Amino acid sequence: MKTLPWLNPDRAQKLIDALAQRILIIDGAMGTMLQGYKLDEAGYRGERFAQGFDARHQHVHDHSHHVCDLKGNNDLLLLTQPEIIKAVHTQYLEAGADLLETNTFNATSISQADYHLEHLVYELNKEGARAARECCDAIEAKTPDKPRFVIGVLGPTSRTASISPDVNDPGFRNVTYAELAKTYREAVHGLIDGGADVVMVETIFDTLNAKAALYAIEEVFEERGSRLPVMISGTITDRSGRTLSGQTAEAFFYSMRHSRPLSIGLNCALGAKDLRPHVETMAQIADCYVSTHPNAGLPNAFGEYDETPEEMAATIREFAEAGFLNLVGGCCGTSPAHIRAIAEAVAGLKPRVPVTYPVNAAA
Amino acid sequence: MLTPELLFVNVGERTNVTGSAQFKKLIKEGRYEEAVDVARQQVANGAQIIDVNMDEGLIDSEFAMVRYLNLIMSEPDIARVPVMVDSSKWSVIEAGLQCLQGKGVVNSISMKEGVETFVEQARKVLRYGAAVVVMAFDEVGQADTCERKVEICTRAYRILVDEVGFPPEDIIFDPNVFAIATGIEEHNNYAVDFIEATRIIKATLPHCHISGGVSNVSFSFRGNEPVRQAIHAVFLYHAIRAGMDMGIVNAGGLPIVDDLDPDLRERVEDVVLNRRSDATERLLEIAERYKSKKGEAAVETQAWREQPVRERLKHALVHGIDQYIEGDTEEVRQLSTRPLDVIEGPLMDGMNVVGDLFGAGKMFLPQVVKSARVMKKAVAYLLPFIEEEKLRTGDAGKSNGKIVIATVKGDVHDIGKNIVGVVLRCNNFDVVDLGVMVPTQKILDAAREENADMIGLSGLITPSLEEMSHVAKEMHRQGLAMPLLIGGATTSRAHTALKIEPHHKAPTVWVKDASRAVGVAQSLISKDLVDEFMAKIRHEYAEIRERHKDRGPGKKLVSLAHARGQRFDGRWNDYVPPTPNTPGITVFDDYSLAELAQYIDWTPFFSTWELAGHYPAILDDAVVGTQARELFRDAQAMLKKIIDERWLRARAVIGLWRANAVGDDVEVYANEPGKPLATLRFLRQQVDKPAERPDFCLADFVAPKATGVADWVGGFAVTAGIGIEPHLERFEADHDDYSSILLKALADRLAEAFAERLHERVRREFWGYATDEALPNDALIAEKYRGIRPAPGYPACPEHSEKGTLFDLLDAETNTGISLTDSYAMYPAAAVSGWYFSHPDSQYFVVGRVTKEQVEDYAKRKSWTVETAERWLAPLLDYDPD
Repeated sequence: MKTLPWLNPDRAQKLIDALAQRILIIDGAMGTMLQGYKLDEAGYRGERFAQGFDARHQHVHDHSHHVCDLKGNNDLLLLTQPEIIKAVHTQYLEAGADLLETNTFNATSISQADYHLEHLVYELNKEGARAARECCDAIEAKTPDKPRFVIGVLGPTSRTASISPDVNDPGFRNVTYAELAKTYREAVHGLIDGGADVVMVETIFDTLNAKAALYAIEEVFEERGSRLPVMISGTITDRSGRTLSGQTAEAFFYSMRHSRPLSIGLNCALGAKDLRPHVETMAQIADCYVSTHPNAGLPNAFGEYDETPEEMAATIREFAEAGFLNLVGGCCGTSPAHIRAIAEAVAGLKPRVPVTYPVNAAA
Repeated sequence: MLTPELLFVNVGERTNVTGSAQFKKLIKEGRYEEAVDVARQQVANGAQIIDVNMDEGLIDSEFAMVRYLNLIMSEPDIARVPVMVDSSKWSVIEAGLQCLQGKGVVNSISMKEGVETFVEQARKVLRYGAAVVVMAFDEVGQADTCERKVEICTRAYRILVDEVGFPPEDIIFDPNVFAIATGIEEHNNYAVDFIEATRIIKATLPHCHISGGVSNVSFSFRGNEPVRQAIHAVFLYHAIRAGMDMGIVNAGGLPIVDDLDPDLRERVEDVVLNRRSDATERLLEIAERYKSKKGEAAVETQAWREQPVRERLKHALVHGIDQYIEGDTEEVRQLSTRPLDVIEGPLMDGMNVVGDLFGAGKMFLPQVVKSARVMKKAVAYLLPFIEEEKLRTGDAGKSNGKIVIATVKGDVHDIGKNIVGVVLRCNNFDVVDLGVMVPTQKILDAAREENADMIGLSGLITPSLEEMSHVAKEMHRQGLAMPLLIGGATTSRAHTALKIEPHHKAPTVWVKDASRAVGVAQSLISKDLVDEFMAKIRHEYAEIRERHKDRGPGKKLVSLAHARGQRFDGRWNDYVPPTPNTPGITVFDDYSLAELAQYIDWTPFFSTWELAGHYPAILDDAVVGTQARELFRDAQAMLKKIIDERWLRARAVIGLWRANAVGDDVEVYANEPGKPLATLRFLRQQVDKPAERPDFCLADFVAPKATGVADWVGGFAVTAGIGIEPHLERFEADHDDYSSILLKALADRLAEAFAERLHERVRREFWGYATDEALPNDALIAEKYRGIRPAPGYPACPEHSEKGTLFDLLDAETNTGISLTDSYAMYPAAAVSGWYFSHPDSQYFVVGRVTKEQVEDYAKRKSWTVETAERWLAPLLDYDPD
């Protein structure tokens, strides 16, 4: 079978070698850390967006600008407060993370449309990868025996392609596969140009959105004639054990499998304890590596996550002992302290060996 | 998903416009909802993949494909099977693939147009993550012989696997099924060619699958369904053994090979396997004999009718089918020694299965009620025979136990009580239902006369709590030492523990919902279980009382003066209250039910049936979705009848009056302030809050008299239950609790919808302060409008007797036909009443607990004794009045 060569054969090989040797650590939450900086509207806007719109961007047809509050647009901080983003990245690396996730969760035209900043998709993704790259390179220079990797993140967007937002018309959709694929294409180009080692489609509520992302990724690879490893991470939204669009972990795996990912896993929505049966399912069926980055428990009445690093690390350690894990990190509510505790808890434990199917064996 | 355990995957083809005239008609006419039902039936009948095809000249195929797939993707019981996107147009296939979150199947691609197109399409299919059907077709043509089939499939396989990187397990070959027995000699071997090619492909091309359109093979026997089905059965039998693992088969009509008439089987096998040259003639000789048997299509769903009669009874009970119940009951009766044996044998066996499934959460309440309907009909049929038997032998049979149930005095709500009755009857309890508004003495007398084993009390409004406590006291006083079960929406474990159980020496148990009733009743009746069960309950209740004693300092209430000092500020200096367009009373009679139906909030409807979840998401719920949809369908059908056949009459009255607040009272005036028509008494929160957060009282939303600002309040009473009785009686006569409960629940929903609709019209027309409001129903349900309509007896004005004042002001009994009980419950039960407030910041709140100081103040305002006030405010008291 013909496959495209790796874009960075050396980096890809280092990652694959590391995965064969140990359980790798993904970083923790960015949003939770940013809250600690208590940035106000002006803090989010910085200079370039001081007037509530992009001073560098000219609208072609009309000369008016959409003035809009930008507070909460965490991805924009890559352009207005890059030092803060890099400081958080560095804290996670120092806590023991092997892989950094770029701060590009909402860097799609669909999510940025809320801020009238759709034109920033490529720039945000490129800067997101570049910021993480810089941090990884800096620390890798000090410890060359421990390579650090940049995961270029593709988030779910704020719309779902297989669920109707109109209760009166289940056949209605407010976003199409083609629209999703288009913005993901732009994002992937940015992530690659910024220096990502891997791309990851994550926090997947709706498998159809993710399929559009994978479609776009393949198109970009084909266009460039080379590829990066792909990671996939779905979200079981509640204790029903299904994604928002209704799939079980098993159905999710089989819907994603055609993309031959480096890893597949689950993140967000639930804490590690509630995620256990679904991670177990993945571990039993996946013929690739398995990842998980759960929340720090379930949110309390104030929307805060209060599982301590010790509690979370103890649960994760049991996952590793049960042989479920290849990659592990944290999602909402986790901090460098969580990642440090998790890294310590799984240190020295054996990584999971992917399942082999007769079809793989024959190939 | 295809697993090795699945020997054969059945592809449903009724959702194919080229194969089904009915489906084509539905799509052409844009009747998509009905078209979705076709897919649902396919899946219900066992299709493991559904083939969707929209290729028809007069249909915009791409649009239809997208629309249809989006719709069926929203139906969990359809979306659970993969979709085969079937089209001869590549653009339609791509449009379809872009709608599928799960793994799809493309039907089909081939090398007909050359390898280049084939490779390009295969790459895209892979990128979309779908499996693919590959036709045995190349540049030269369609493969007919075994050799050509194998040759083309092998070439395609190597290109797909080696060049494209297509997963071999996602390749499905269709080596072409052609018609046999056509009279043309070259066709005689077509079935053998297919079967042999299948065998070779499976042996040489690892992991791929083989599919085919089975019905083609028998095409020459069009019009003779039995023979066609026999051919299909035989063909499949051999093809599956050769490795065919997928196909388009009408599974409903397919006989089992071993069940075929031996003569027919032999001659069919001769044809399929091409065993003799005169095979076709020999089959034609006998084919006519098997013709003319109609009704093939229904075979599968009716298969249970072939089982022994006892099994049929069980099936009918578990599936709630009452169509054949009398005939089957009669058949078993004739086989039984005594008519009672029918009940105690197969009927109870069936109901036990129902009970177990319900207990295990595998069946839901609406199904159980339907099962009970079947049971009741069977019992009703047997009753005359049992009476006759009893006269002869004096044997009365035995039940699990006898329970007297009633909705207490002053309360008319009985949906929950009726459900409990049904569920208990299902579990072989003898239930004596005394109905609604039953005085204490009548309940006690009935329990004695019936020699009951226990009593069950139900109620919905808060005064019923006091009434239940009263029943408990009387049981104790009159020495009636039987267990007492407490249930209903306002009841709680805490109230039962604190206010009822201490009065009654015999077991007293709060029952959370209908599904718990059986367990509790069985534990109480069983000599083995009762002691342990009650020890646990008593311990639990004692603990609650203990905790309650310690409660106290944590949630200290503030003094009434303090709370009043922190009243809500209506900013009366710069706010001008709106003047109504239509002051005074407005009466509505025979209001359009069709209009009200659009305002129904369905979520509470489902919770009535103990199906938890929000509408419409509940219809797709993983656990209760199927049941919710079925119930919803039944509800829609009945709703249509209610409207079309005018079963119910909706009546209402509203009033808008000049009013001003005086302290926590609101004075209502005829025209200008003077002697009030009536004075509304409201209660105030006494919660310890920070200074900026008010302690609310509804009077705060009306301008105080001292400000001199002219203000108004409104009132309303609506019902959708006028004329319900004859229909309920009709259902009762037919032993149909299901329909009876359904009708009551729908009447409740219509009354609530009526209240919602009228409030909207009040805001837009009659009071007219929001003339341009235009909210969709979900926004109305979420109360996203200005103004509130709190109901007496509910948290913002929790004292029920104020409903009397409201009804006097509205002359509601004359104007709507709604009457009030002693406890101020409304009859018909499908009724809603309340006040209107228009202040832009008016809001719902919970009065919560009140101190003795406020109770005494309230008693003075109402000219009551403190004891009377304590009785009406019992659930709110922050102290123990005893």
